[in-house]
Amino acid sequence: MLSIKGLHAGIDGKEIIKGLSLEVPAGEVHAIMGPNGAGKSTLSYVLTGRSGYEVTQGSATLDGEDLLTLQPNERAAKGLFLSFQYPLEIPGVPALTFIRTALNAQRKARGEGEITAPAFLKLARENAAKLKMDFEMLRRPLNVGFSGGEKKRMEILQMAMLSPRFLILDETDSGLDIDALRIVSEGVNALRAPERGMLVITHYQRLLDYVRPDRVHVLAGGRIVASGGPDLAHELEREGYDKYAREAA
Amino acid sequence: MSLASTLRTGELDRLPSRRDEDWRWTDLRGLIRVAPPPSPAVPAVAANPVLAALLEPVAIYANGRLIEGSEAAGSPDMRLRRFVSSTDGTGHGLEAPTEVPAGGRLLLIDSFEGHASGYIADARFPVRLGEGAKLERVVLLGDAADAVSVALTEVELAPGAIFHQTVLASGAKRQRFETRVRHHGGGAEARLDGVYVLSGQRHSDQTTQIEHLQPGGATVQLTKGMVQDQARAVFQGRIVVAEGADGTDARMGHHALVLSDRAEVDAKPELEIWADDVACAHGNTVGALDEEAMFYARSRGIPEAEARAMLIGAFLAEVADRIEHIQARELAHQWLATQLGGPS
Repeated sequence: MLSIKGLHAGIDGKEIIKGLSLEVPAGEVHAIMGPNGAGKSTLSYVLTGRSGYEVTQGSATLDGEDLLTLQPNERAAKGLFLSFQYPLEIPGVPALTFIRTALNAQRKARGEGEITAPAFLKLARENAAKLKMDFEMLRRPLNVGFSGGEKKRMEILQMAMLSPRFLILDETDSGLDIDALRIVSEGVNALRAPERGMLVITHYQRLLDYVRPDRVHVLAGGRIVASGGPDLAHELEREGYDKYAREAA
Repeated sequence: MSLASTLRTGELDRLPSRRDEDWRWTDLRGLIRVAPPPSPAVPAVAANPVLAALLEPVAIYANGRLIEGSEAAGSPDMRLRRFVSSTDGTGHGLEAPTEVPAGGRLLLIDSFEGHASGYIADARFPVRLGEGAKLERVVLLGDAADAVSVALTEVELAPGAIFHQTVLASGAKRQRFETRVRHHGGGAEARLDGVYVLSGQRHSDQTTQIEHLQPGGATVQLTKGMVQDQARAVFQGRIVVAEGADGTDARMGHHALVLSDRAEVDAKPELEIWADDVACAHGNTVGALDEEAMFYARSRGIPEAEARAMLIGAFLAEVADRIEHIQARELAHQWLATQLGGPS
């Protein structure tokens, strides 16, 4: 599904990802853990096409299709979704309007018709209920004045409504208390499916108690320096990243 | 001396220039080197499909002359006026007074329309609001790109009266819309809002001066705009609180998006306070479109042009949202959508 080969990338002429390779097959959840500054967020931005990030070598494909030459919105229409570590506030644009605009833009890019207003509202109500969100929040400007937990729920809600094929969760657990973490994790788990892949980027193992990964990779110094089963996350929690940080240096 | 009378007498060296403090960013003397011939009388002008839907009776001024309706046309509480410049390369001026008697209500929609190129237009609007009267005015400035268009509104606001104005400007070669309010307090309220959306080499100047002369008056102002290409916006807002005008509450905000390196915004908010017990505040910001928000929207699948129009539209819509009259508010939103290239 997601295939990254020998990726080198950076920003402002500074190389941050230094030869990263990773395969996430459909139906699997892979976690990427690593110390601060390892390149975790850079990886998510490079995959989603944020401007300013430069790829100097290597490839990234989704089901064989090259991602790196596409615009961010084209990547989204291909089914890629990034849940932001710090979701943006969009004053003046109600959440419902934002999501409907995004959904219809994606459908248009895929040659599908627009979703009807009643169908869209039904979808929004169902998903808001699942995430225990007050539907009225969706009428307010997106994320404006929302708490950290509400913003993360709004990310998961968008994810559920846009129904992407591949999800990248960037530090989704940051800023969440234990109740919010459980609700958000349930939302993520509900999206696990045989045809869908996920990359969960996190500093701490906590999230992985709720969203159980099939594989865990350690990112240090811009490369994957170790890979293993779910137990690797517990080992990292116990022993820290020092060993890998030294290896990468 | 008004622009129109200067053009009549040909004393072009009396036009305001960059040496006049209040005109430093809207130089007319350097621009108008030759007085244009006076605009001829025209019998009729093309219909305006956007305004036709509003149904109010219309007063039409063509080349400065009233050609349809009357100065006091329309139902007592709603009026639509069209100020049309119809002839290339000519100049004209007009004066159109408005009076709302004590306790009266009026919605006034003023549409400036350039149906020609290279004209010079001048308009004066004396406005008198009696005690407790209310006027809501929406002004659409739709001048030609190479026109010079100057308008001055002078409002006499009696105690307890309400004057709400929203000016929507798309600019011209030189465009200035100036509003002066003599504010007599006593619970009177002025809301002077503005929006500008400028591209190409267009210029637009929104200048306001509010004099709080007596105690207990309120003023709120919000102007927002966007400039791109080589466009230039000017915002000058002066609030004067005279000695003894205690209890005045005045708030002014101007916020601009600058979308290109060669576009420019000149802003001058001024508070002149001679009274002791007043609450006055002003805020002014000029910045670029939030690139992070752009990436966020695009990462969700929204193409760049659509994301840009959505974010700019949301930024500017705050001003249109403040218009109370629902049809007038819709008209302002529609104007914004048209300016931003969306569906109209």
